[in-house]
Amino acid sequence: MRITCPHCGERGNEEFAYLGDATVRRPDDAGAARPGAPEFERWMDYVYLRDNPAGRHRELWQHVHGCRAWLVVTRDISTHAIFSVEDARAAALARPSLVARDAAS
Amino acid sequence: MRYSIFSVLREAFNGQRGWRPAWREPDPKPAYDVVIVGGGGHGLATAYYLAKVHGLRNIAVVERGYLGSGNVGRNTTIVRSNYLLPGNTPFYEWSLKLWEGLEQDLNYNAMVSQRGVLNLCHTDSQRDAYARRGNAMRLCGVDAELLDREQVRALVPILDFDHARFPIKGGLLQRRGGTVRHDAVAWGYARAADQRGVDIIQNCEVTGIRIEGGRIIGVETTRGFIGAKKVGLACAGRTSQVAAMAGLRLPIESHVLQAFVSEGVKPLLHHVVTFGAGHFYVSQSDKGGLVFGGDIDGYNSYAQRGNLPTIEDVMEEGFALIPSLGRLRVLRHWGGIMDMSMDGSPIIDRTPVEGLYLNCGWCYGGFKATPASGWCFAHTIARDEPHPLNAAYRLDRFATGALIDEKGSGAQPNLH
Repeated sequence: MRITCPHCGERGNEEFAYLGDATVRRPDDAGAARPGAPEFERWMDYVYLRDNPAGRHRELWQHVHGCRAWLVVTRDISTHAIFSVEDARAAALARPSLVARDAAS
Repeated sequence: MRYSIFSVLREAFNGQRGWRPAWREPDPKPAYDVVIVGGGGHGLATAYYLAKVHGLRNIAVVERGYLGSGNVGRNTTIVRSNYLLPGNTPFYEWSLKLWEGLEQDLNYNAMVSQRGVLNLCHTDSQRDAYARRGNAMRLCGVDAELLDREQVRALVPILDFDHARFPIKGGLLQRRGGTVRHDAVAWGYARAADQRGVDIIQNCEVTGIRIEGGRIIGVETTRGFIGAKKVGLACAGRTSQVAAMAGLRLPIESHVLQAFVSEGVKPLLHHVVTFGAGHFYVSQSDKGGLVFGGDIDGYNSYAQRGNLPTIEDVMEEGFALIPSLGRLRVLRHWGGIMDMSMDGSPIIDRTPVEGLYLNCGWCYGGFKATPASGWCFAHTIARDEPHPLNAAYRLDRFATGALIDEKGSGAQPNLH
């Protein structure tokens, strides 16, 4: 499996570290200790629960042995075919709520 | 037909013409009391113990491919019960006890070989950790022996004891651990379950789960609808997809784990040996090949094949432990899809859907658990409550915080 880093070009996957599902969102709130509360369920969802699809999967990789950039890779996890590689910062800024947060600060 | 020395002799004089298929190939009935999804080791063992221990007669196992095509035929065949934590030790010890009586129970030669599992330590602190583990095991009635360097050398002389970075300081030996012929486990459970009336339906993929009023009523399959009062899921790496059909979202990621076998050589290694400075385990099969493996590749995958960097890493660890491995050629390697739970421990529990039961999250340690997993899952399904042995393997432990982080090695250890 080879990943084309937008900054460094095509490299073997041994240069990259894997973090996992890029679609889960870290909640903005401080959470709650009571199961069933919406804040609790949001954190539960973020930390533990995964869709784990058998097809197209958006996931976070870091080019640790290269430019150290965080990347969002879209990959078919049944075939290991890679569809796209984006800069994680650009991908995160493109998400609605984070744009709003950036604009407010 | 019962297998014995007499049946072998009879067939020897009969031109081997009297053998019959080990199990039937029935068409699915319209409905069953219990349908088990997944004809791997755990699913077949569950069906067997449901019939044997709980007296149920109307059971089916549905399997997408053929028996033994999944992880039960892809692992490195190791069985052991050297676990530390309270939720784990009694469960795995019960599994090892079932392995010890398995062949007589099933009337099937599974080549259970209690050759001993030796975990090597390479630092003083690791020896202390193994002493603690060994003591915890002995408190639960499990055998464990802490060996010093010379005792290890007497058992396994081919190791690199004076490695510059990872010298061998000793090891923790469980003599009752060992290996089992993994395909024979699937076949033995299938035959024994079939003899007790379990319908084993191969090439039958579950495509949907039918629920009415919060209660399960059956499964849609490629061979039509099959009604069921209870459904047990034992589908390993595919658990997330099948559970999603019932609206469940699970703390599971599917990852690929590779395994390897070398060309056959004369007896070289008489135990299962694990490298303590990395993640590498090796044993020698009865055909003579060295069977070994290491870490998961580390990214989500359903591909049943891995990538070269992990292969290189496993080989490097192997050389660090046994330099003579460099003279052998690797014959085959393959991958299996692991259902990695987020704390590295399994789930055997009921689900929010009435009549639907879950058996998953075995990470890369499911084979050794096969008999106890089936035994406990059968109890959970038949009695509608967990057995004390699997009481800690709850689905809601991620919400309650009662995680079982035996090694802290789930899909993403940095999250725990």
